Amino acid sequence: MTDQPPVLELREITKRFGPVVANDRVDFDLRAGEVHALLGENGAGKSTLMSVLYGLYSPTSGEILVDGRPVRIDSPNDAIDLGIGMVHQHFMFIPVMTITENIVLGSEPVRTGVGHTLGVLDRRTARDRVRELSDRYGLAVDPDARIEDVSVGMQQRVEILRALYRNARILVLDEPTAVLTAQEITELMGVIQRLKADGTAIIFISHKLGEVLEVADRVTVLRRGRSMGTVPRAGATEQSLARMVVGRDVIFRVEKEEATPGDPILEVEDLHVVDDRGLEAVRGATLTVRAGEIVALAGVDGNGQTELVEAITGIRAPVSGRVRVDGADITGRGVRRATEAGVAHIAQDRHRVGLVLPFTLAENLGLRRYRRPPLSRLGWLNLRSFAERAAGLISAFDVRGGGAETPAYALSGGNQQKVCIAREIDSEPRLLVAHQPTRGLDVGAIEFVHSRLIEQRDAGRGVLLVSLESEEVRSLADRILVIYEGRIVAEFPPEASEEELGIAMTGGTVVGA
Amino acid sequence: MRSRTRIARAGRGLLIPLVTVVLAFIAGGFVVLFTGHDPFSTYGAIFDGTGLNWLFPWVTGTARTTAAFNLQQTLVAATPLILTGLSVAFAFRVGLFNIGAQGQYTVGGVMAVWIGSIFPNMNPVLHIVLAIAAAALMGAAWAAIAGWLRAVVGTHEVLSTIMLNWIAIWVATYLFQAGGPLQSTTEAGNPVSNTIVPSAHLPVIWGNPLLQGLSIGIFISLAAAVAFWAIMNRSTLGYEIRAVGHSPDAARGAGISVARSYAVTMAICGVFAGLAAATDVLGWEFQISTGDLTISQVGFLGIAVALLGRNTAIGTVAAALLFGALETGTSVRALNSNVFNPELASQLTLIIEGLVVLLVSTDLIAVRILGLPAKLGLGRPRAGTALDRGVPDEAATAAAVTEGLEGKLEQGV
Repeated sequence: MTDQPPVLELREITKRFGPVVANDRVDFDLRAGEVHALLGENGAGKSTLMSVLYGLYSPTSGEILVDGRPVRIDSPNDAIDLGIGMVHQHFMFIPVMTITENIVLGSEPVRTGVGHTLGVLDRRTARDRVRELSDRYGLAVDPDARIEDVSVGMQQRVEILRALYRNARILVLDEPTAVLTAQEITELMGVIQRLKADGTAIIFISHKLGEVLEVADRVTVLRRGRSMGTVPRAGATEQSLARMVVGRDVIFRVEKEEATPGDPILEVEDLHVVDDRGLEAVRGATLTVRAGEIVALAGVDGNGQTELVEAITGIRAPVSGRVRVDGADITGRGVRRATEAGVAHIAQDRHRVGLVLPFTLAENLGLRRYRRPPLSRLGWLNLRSFAERAAGLISAFDVRGGGAETPAYALSGGNQQKVCIAREIDSEPRLLVAHQPTRGLDVGAIEFVHSRLIEQRDAGRGVLLVSLESEEVRSLADRILVIYEGRIVAEFPPEASEEELGIAMTGGTVVGA
Repeated sequence: MRSRTRIARAGRGLLIPLVTVVLAFIAGGFVVLFTGHDPFSTYGAIFDGTGLNWLFPWVTGTARTTAAFNLQQTLVAATPLILTGLSVAFAFRVGLFNIGAQGQYTVGGVMAVWIGSIFPNMNPVLHIVLAIAAAALMGAAWAAIAGWLRAVVGTHEVLSTIMLNWIAIWVATYLFQAGGPLQSTTEAGNPVSNTIVPSAHLPVIWGNPLLQGLSIGIFISLAAAVAFWAIMNRSTLGYEIRAVGHSPDAARGAGISVARSYAVTMAICGVFAGLAAATDVLGWEFQISTGDLTISQVGFLGIAVALLGRNTAIGTVAAALLFGALETGTSVRALNSNVFNPELASQLTLIIEGLVVLLVSTDLIAVRILGLPAKLGLGRPRAGTALDRGVPDEAATAAAVTEGLEGKLEQGV
């Protein structure tokens, strides 16, 4: 390699929050034109380290060097001045402004002459600059579209453009693929290659082993705030990285016995459901889940899965059709009735639907049961029961990072999901509806979720798994149903190939289906 | 561990309003300075005007009599403020912005004065209970309209409660104006209600009943604050309300009816505001004139009280006491006019109240000054402040509070 110093070097960065050590003497360096992945479980300290780099937190100790010179970064403005750009997981835009306006916001070009004195925005220059950047790196955006009208993928491209517009030489991508579709991920990978070729140095944060191996030149693994070392991509495998991430061997194949399905638990007949816009999202879905089996509902996102799940769990009333659980008709009877009939629901959006984030774990764990003794009597809560129950579930489900009185937002994603799962499984359901239960989770947590689902199946419960990950679907399911445009279009055994599934999921006809 | 985080959280919750109030007083001190007066002696005179010097054993003789009277007035002023503050705070906790406390207070007052004046020979206990219950129920019914509209049709409660305020005020004006159906039968020419009969007077526990002594209304307020706390923190209803307030989607997902929570919450808010009217009408007012209806700002001040009290029961009581003390301490009657002109002083009260609202609703300034790590806490959702949840937006808060304070300005001079 060259003698040039790395563009960025973090030396022995330590960050404490009270007694918690989020980063413990972490070293990290980055060279021009390189993609360096930062890999680790949720809560391993990746985001903290990047917040230190971006001036959001000041480190307890350690130093940051840019181009070999020590620097102080006290705010994002300092970071931007040093050529550091951040693409956040959650975008920060003004939704009613156009893409161009959002990109130039904070460093707007102004007109010359009188316009300069008045500080009038020079739209043409702004738009031209945006267009030039977007052409050069293949970041296709419509400069005049309003942010609120464009897809998540385009919003992310706007975030990248915004960083480039401010002359970022070091780009931090914080879990960039979490919000993207498969197609958009492919496009993003292309953009990364072009940025690399242009000499931009990229920090790629992820907990997905596959994409790290695909995109990174080097990988640094964080575990519980410590660096587990840096390895080149060459020679690294999913197994070797996974071992570094969780500190032990990870079972990728889910091991399970043959299913012994019993009586039907869930019967959905010719269900029609409309979405928020009044469009028919589920158009006559019919399916059955029996006791002791995992039925996976596979499909491309947006084919009616969400509305179907909401209709089964009572959140959304269907237009027509029937939902029966254990023979009881719960069609359109609401969540409470569904819960009473034995429906449990692991929501796809644990932040918005699964948890009340400011509530303590005790309060969150009580959400399904607070109406009955021992949690309440005659309308009055028994806080001791809440706490006792929470303590039991927290240890049974190995929830880490807090106790009964910790607010849910303080936990990492994987532990939040454990709280949701603990609550739902503890309600001793007849039917467990798991909607994207491993979304955003790291390998260790995914393994945990999978084994719990199989446990539920083996306990004689019906499990309906809705997932966009075909790997997950094929490894967990006893039967696979494919949903396409609101209808169940095909059924496969778990041995079905990815190609067969893929064709059915995109509306192709499958022989014998 | 558990108790330590609790104390830390509570400490932080207490510190910010305290700093806010101190800052507002300092800023008010500069205003006094600019008018050519001495801020220290002015604040000293205001303090004496609140009657809080009654607590000092060395205050004796006539000074003590005056202090006792002033303190009674402070508590009389705080009594309805506690209740309207609770009314606004309760709604904030479910994520609604109840600007309608003024209207709920108005309709409650109409009921209290009506029931309190039409039964001349009733058993006093029965009469008082009946009048209070009528005021509370009327307030609840009035507020429930807004709750129902929000729950069923989706009408934003800020709009509906503002409209309901005006409807309440003008309907009440119609009732009491000359020729109106509830106008006084003995004072034919005056736009006033009948006077409450003695059997409906709340017993006075401190001071002279003829000179606006302190009635048992203060206990009604304090009992309401205890009820607020118990419902919010110890009942399944309060658990549902808090869940809906933090996250309507999560509450819905757990089988809680968001619409029902909105409707029930608003009705309870109306009970608080109706009780506020009952303590005023049955405690010292005894009669309502049409002028009182448009001048009264008790409901609007409840917004400021709830904001300063951070929507908790204890905080609301403390904030209402502060506001009641300020009102009394700067009143023409209580303030020593040799030290500071009372007309100016009542403006000073408005300035301080306005600053308190401004600082509390921004919150950030106090956090900065305390040097708390703003980056840590502010982005995160937090329990306790409805404004953080973005439900009632700040523009609406500002508009409502301005409306209230402007009204006071018109009335003040």
